[in-house]
Amino acid sequence: MDFGFTTAAYVVAAVLFILSLGGLSGQESAKRAVWYGIAGMALAVFATLIGPGAGLWLLSLILIAAGGIIGWYVANKVEMTEMPQLVAAMHSLVGLAAVFVGFNAHFVMGHVAGLHGGEDLGTFAALVAHKSPVELNILKVELFLGIFIGAVTFTGSVIAYGKLAGKVSSAAKKLPGGHALNAGAAALSLICLIWYFNTGGLFPVILMTLAALFIGYHLIMGIGGADMPVVVSMLNSYSGWAAAAIGFSLSNDLLIVVGALVGSSGAILSYIMCKAMNRSFVSVILGGFGGTAGPAMEVEGEQVAIDADGVATALNEADSVIIVPGYGMAVAQAQGAVSELTNKLRAKGKNVRFAIHPVAGRLPGHMNVLLAEAKVPYDIVLEMDEINEDFPDTDVVIVIGSNDIVNPAAQEDPNSPIAGMPVLEVWKAKQVFVSKRGQGTGYSGIENPLFYKENTRMFYGDAKASMNALLPKLD
Amino acid sequence: MKFGVPKEVFEGEARVALTPESAKQLQKLGYDCAIETGAGALAGFSDKDYEEAGVEVIKTAPALWKDCDIVAKVRQPNETEMKRLKKGQTLISFFNPGGNEEGMETAKAKGANVIAMEMVPRISRAQKMDALSSMANIAGYRAVIEAGNNFGRFFTGQITAAGKVPPAKVLVVGAGVAGLAAIGTSTSLGAVTYAFDVRPEVAEQVESMGAEFVYLDFEEEQQDGAATGGYASVSSPEFREAQLAKFRELAPEMDIVITTALIPNREAPELWTKDMVEAMKPGSVIVDLAAEKGGNCKLTVKDEKIVTDNGVTIIGYTDFPSRMATQASTLYATNIRHMMTDLTPEKDGQINHNMEDDVIRGATVTYEGEITFPPPPPKVAAIAAKPKEKVKEKTPEEKRAEEVAAFKAQTKQQVTLIAVGAVLLLGVGLVAPASFMQHFIVFVLSVFVGFQVIWNVSHSLHTPLMAVTNAISSIIILGALLQIGSGNWLVILLAALSVFMAGINIFGGFLVTRRMLAMFQKS
Repeated sequence: MDFGFTTAAYVVAAVLFILSLGGLSGQESAKRAVWYGIAGMALAVFATLIGPGAGLWLLSLILIAAGGIIGWYVANKVEMTEMPQLVAAMHSLVGLAAVFVGFNAHFVMGHVAGLHGGEDLGTFAALVAHKSPVELNILKVELFLGIFIGAVTFTGSVIAYGKLAGKVSSAAKKLPGGHALNAGAAALSLICLIWYFNTGGLFPVILMTLAALFIGYHLIMGIGGADMPVVVSMLNSYSGWAAAAIGFSLSNDLLIVVGALVGSSGAILSYIMCKAMNRSFVSVILGGFGGTAGPAMEVEGEQVAIDADGVATALNEADSVIIVPGYGMAVAQAQGAVSELTNKLRAKGKNVRFAIHPVAGRLPGHMNVLLAEAKVPYDIVLEMDEINEDFPDTDVVIVIGSNDIVNPAAQEDPNSPIAGMPVLEVWKAKQVFVSKRGQGTGYSGIENPLFYKENTRMFYGDAKASMNALLPKLD
Repeated sequence: MKFGVPKEVFEGEARVALTPESAKQLQKLGYDCAIETGAGALAGFSDKDYEEAGVEVIKTAPALWKDCDIVAKVRQPNETEMKRLKKGQTLISFFNPGGNEEGMETAKAKGANVIAMEMVPRISRAQKMDALSSMANIAGYRAVIEAGNNFGRFFTGQITAAGKVPPAKVLVVGAGVAGLAAIGTSTSLGAVTYAFDVRPEVAEQVESMGAEFVYLDFEEEQQDGAATGGYASVSSPEFREAQLAKFRELAPEMDIVITTALIPNREAPELWTKDMVEAMKPGSVIVDLAAEKGGNCKLTVKDEKIVTDNGVTIIGYTDFPSRMATQASTLYATNIRHMMTDLTPEKDGQINHNMEDDVIRGATVTYEGEITFPPPPPKVAAIAAKPKEKVKEKTPEEKRAEEVAAFKAQTKQQVTLIAVGAVLLLGVGLVAPASFMQHFIVFVLSVFVGFQVIWNVSHSLHTPLMAVTNAISSIIILGALLQIGSGNWLVILLAALSVFMAGINIFGGFLVTRRMLAMFQKS
């Protein structure tokens, strides 16, 4: 086969990928969209395999199949609550692959650049061999960038995975020196780039890779668990940019197109998450919450506990109920019990809805997936903007394992670290029940005045156990 | 431990501190329950009912006092009962510690721990054991019923074929728990209800119950009622004068007056003077809920109903809760049960008398041979939130102006972005070779397409979006596939590894996305 067919296949694949992303605008079309993505990927791989330049296709096929089996196994085994970890882990694979491919490009370049001949070394080599010196320089920058972003993505994702899986402490930690270390590593990488640009040696590349690996590690270590939705989508974006950079260095348009798609999608997701927290992207990346203007408002009063009987009575009497799930629901695996509760209440003709804050959970859209898994119909699962005005007319709000996203301090206390962050205004409802493990503060360590409000009752205990205790009490 | 309830010895007291229902709850806490024979009879609970609930019925009071580790009562214990106390025994009852030095001394000498139900602090957490409130609630309700019983007309106004009936006018003085309960009962019977309280902040509560709050034309710095634990305090003479003048003005119109004004540990203030009573119409009724403390009306005779010369009935009963013994016992027993729950955090049938706990500390008047009354102020104060400033509604013009400004800002931003982007692109184009520019244009266009497409993705699908983009980003496999054919063994190795990892990603990513999306369903 020649270039023409491959290029044509690439065009079709690119269109399929765009359709695949575009299809995610609705739940129904999304089901079709995945198939577009799968078809696009199959076509791209197939075209590359039979196209010019690819060798050892049997080995390739075996490797893809072997990887596929592992991927298939993992995808079927994973719990929906473990989704954030899985996504982070898979990003690290892309990052590492990008690093390897980048190194390969370097090796081939070093090997061939001097020859300027048409020896049979594979397409890429042939391609490299035909390049002019300016193009070679650009190639160097491109693959350098590809390796750099890939390496950052790799360690970053590994740490993100560790934090999400609970294997690394999720608190924000920084080595002494803080961001100066990151800046130093970045400066070192820049020096390496100039060095590499002039000499083309392997050593600066390796040095830069190490620096990038360190940046990835240190950057994500410094970001607290509550910011994980932003981090994961940011890493997603990075893996895309890495692919795009590699695409440039390999002169492969499909890689560029797809890399750019993924990169921009991750960037937009990060932007949406940041906006939902009313924080700038930079402050999230730099870790920790931004500085506050003064002492936080004192919280007065006390938390009033309630038992399952009390909650059940209120639910039996309520006409409209809104459930606000958070990370605590995911941790306790309570989505099944919550769904059952919803069914029971709905069967009695009550208006039950879910209010989802954009940053609830540890992954963009995390709660939606969990609720979907538990077979909660998606048309009663609403976003913050859709439901926030309905709280004053609601009889009962049940907050399950969320904290900062329902914190009235964001609106009432200008000195609060989360001041200005849009929150679900649950306290405007007639009654609020907060299902929570204990009296502690939330992820960000901010005191929540909601728990002290007069219409709030604390329903202490594991979310799953609490919900299950409620079920038999609803008549 | 054994929890026992004796028969009330106070004459006419029909309430009982244990019901079969509360006994079952106490048994769940691990307590054995006992009751003196016939203790619940007046409240409508027979010995048989108790036995069915697993309560031991004990024949005599002395045996019960001797047998039980915890004794709960309604009325303040009399001398005989105090003598029956023993060391280490816990007594839960109304105790009137402010006026019962003697009782406290006896309890101290006996080494008994006494929890006085009227001393339960008025904080939100303790509401469930606030027996004063639950009894006041009944008193308020019953006051209206008694008034109606002695009032010769309907409460509600009616226009019937037999003539027009004006609605009764009811004035409730003091909007505490009893007052609010009276207001609620009276309005639901259809009377036109007015209410007064020295604490202007309760006006909202009064109005929420459907009554009209009587305001005074009087300017004074009011003490915040919340500062005294939610109770009324003594008011200044000037204020009192203004108040009485207002009452004088109202007296001739009112058919029923219910006074509930009490100040803790003081004689009830005189609010309804003799001349007001004289100004009232014949057939009017006054119910004085403060009769026990001397009455808000000086004509009131404690525990009696009198009719004045001008035909006004004054009711001075002090046993309203006891007149509704079944209801009162159920509520009181529940208060006691909640107190026991707080005393038994482990639910193991053993009392843990935690003097660090605000509620328990506040209610305890003698503990381990010490008098612990009066208690220190509670650590947490229940303070009402300050009213919030209202945000001014925006006029349509202002809104329109804001929209226009936002649109202009957006346009400006976009134009700037495009201009900067174009300049940058041109700058790159000047130096970069054509082959690079080809790819670069593809890149920029893709980024642009990506931005346009992703904005439309719905919030709830963000996780599937991440999974799909993750799967798609394994397009990096193309790079590896292109390189795997190279001659260099190192290149082959690295490329092979990349192919393998990307393979995991492709399958894992797409499958997991499919799994997720398959779960989304419409109701």
